Amino acid sequence: MSVLVVVECDGGEVKKSSLEVASYGSQVAQLLGTSATAVAVGEATEANLAKLGEQGITKVLYDAEPRLKDFVNGAYTKLIAAAAQQEDAKVIVLANSNIGAAVGSRLSVRLQASLATNVVELPKADGGSFTVKRGAFSGKAFADVTLAGERKIIAVKKNSIEALHEAGKTAEVVSFSAQLSDADFADAPKQVVLQDQAGGILLPEADKVVSGGRGMKGPENWKLIEDLAQALGAATACSKPVSDVDWRPHHEHVGQTGITVSPNLYIACGISGAIQHLAGVNSSKVIVVINKDPEAPFFKAADYGIVGDVFDVLPKLTQAVKELG
Amino acid sequence: MKFLVCISNVPDTTTKITFTPDNKEFNKAGVQFVINPWDEYALTRAIELKEAQGGGTVTVLNVGEADTEPNIRKALAIGADDAIRVNAFPKDAFFVAQQIANIAKDGGYDVILMGKESIDYNGFQVHGMVGELLGIPTVAPAMKLDMSGNTATLEREIEGGKEIVEVNTPFVASCQQPMCEPRIPNMRGIMTARTKPLKVVEPTGEGARTEVSAYALPPAKQGVKLIPAESAGELIKLLRNEAKVI
Repeated sequence: MSVLVVVECDGGEVKKSSLEVASYGSQVAQLLGTSATAVAVGEATEANLAKLGEQGITKVLYDAEPRLKDFVNGAYTKLIAAAAQQEDAKVIVLANSNIGAAVGSRLSVRLQASLATNVVELPKADGGSFTVKRGAFSGKAFADVTLAGERKIIAVKKNSIEALHEAGKTAEVVSFSAQLSDADFADAPKQVVLQDQAGGILLPEADKVVSGGRGMKGPENWKLIEDLAQALGAATACSKPVSDVDWRPHHEHVGQTGITVSPNLYIACGISGAIQHLAGVNSSKVIVVINKDPEAPFFKAADYGIVGDVFDVLPKLTQAVKELG
Repeated sequence: MKFLVCISNVPDTTTKITFTPDNKEFNKAGVQFVINPWDEYALTRAIELKEAQGGGTVTVLNVGEADTEPNIRKALAIGADDAIRVNAFPKDAFFVAQQIANIAKDGGYDVILMGKESIDYNGFQVHGMVGELLGIPTVAPAMKLDMSGNTATLEREIEGGKEIVEVNTPFVASCQQPMCEPRIPNMRGIMTARTKPLKVVEPTGEGARTEVSAYALPPAKQGVKLIPAESAGELIKLLRNEAKVI
């Protein structure tokens, strides 16, 4: 019996959301009186995987099959299922990411496990029952969900769990093979196209986001957003009308039908705060709104606000961040 | 080509969310229900592909009680050919996935489409479960879908980019923007929707694997702290010293 953590890697590094997942998994293991093993997917280095010890992982299974570098649903599902069988995993923890959701849902059927996604807290295991708290209604509510059966899969929402750092602890990295065949790669991507990310920070992974709306008046003014984002080490984002008119690419659109983000800091510049936009950002820890219209509905959802012209305010904020050093 | 489009009946986006006094169920009183916005991408794209192919059918499937029928009719008005309602409350993702898989198995559908997730339960689960139950590939979430014969080319969103994936029918895809511009029903569609077949079937398969024991609302916001625009730089100090987020 163990807890299995699915760790996503990219370019050799463990993703930030997976450090959170590893921390979550090791705390679940502690709760259940067992140990946490990780299985790594994507391109990883042994040194980085060993560092998962800092998040409480004791052992990492790694299949160095080169075709696993990019996400392949069939192969990833088989690999993780094989790891779960080998480790007799009763709880599997993964990220509530596009990979986690795609694999987690298939795994739940294959392993006859109950599944909860969008989970924001550690579970409560009380007697026979096992309950997790998850976000629902597009961030407008939470649900306590009881997971039935012997096996459970939990997909943890990004930025909802603090990653542990026990410096110096290392995990044992063990090579692992799921005996994957060509058939398991039938849905392998023909091509992977990576986007240009401002400052190299991925929006879904970011813990700070600076976002612009129609109030920015045109794509030529985005430098103001980018400057503040760069100073803060934040990702850039936009509202739906902005991506609809192609001022910014679709992958920056946050909102109900775009990307849902839950960073520690969300700064909305010239965004009035339509309910569809709020649905994508309302689980951010701190929301800052800058808008010249004091009646903008977004101020009701904000923690801090500035009623003012974004073209005056943004350079002042960037300057103030730089002065912090 | 036979398309099966799964739609979910969800509270309108602007709904104020409340629960029954025991906090066990969503309070439906006075709430307007709509087709799940993500599912509209799936529905419209299926209709566009059918039109482009000059043949085939688009069947709409909903797992829900009788009160979902107005939105099933709306889907027919948008351009689906016929509809199936599985007469059951959608208890959880696994329960719904089983209903979809059982109907898909019997109906011989080539392409099964649905939205990435529903805006109420935000599960992001059903697509993968259906794919696994049927033993066919799932592409989730898909931003683009083109068909050439029995081969589909999809763009799948990954964190940091996209994958171009090719799969043969049958397959499942969950859809999101910018796949297409969702359609709204026109008058002719609304008139013809009334006469299109809507079959009601009873649920099959096992029960649910998860259960909501309680709902809760997030703690109310403290209210916004306003900083004068002239001293905007103060905000950064507050974010560091008070909110501790930078």
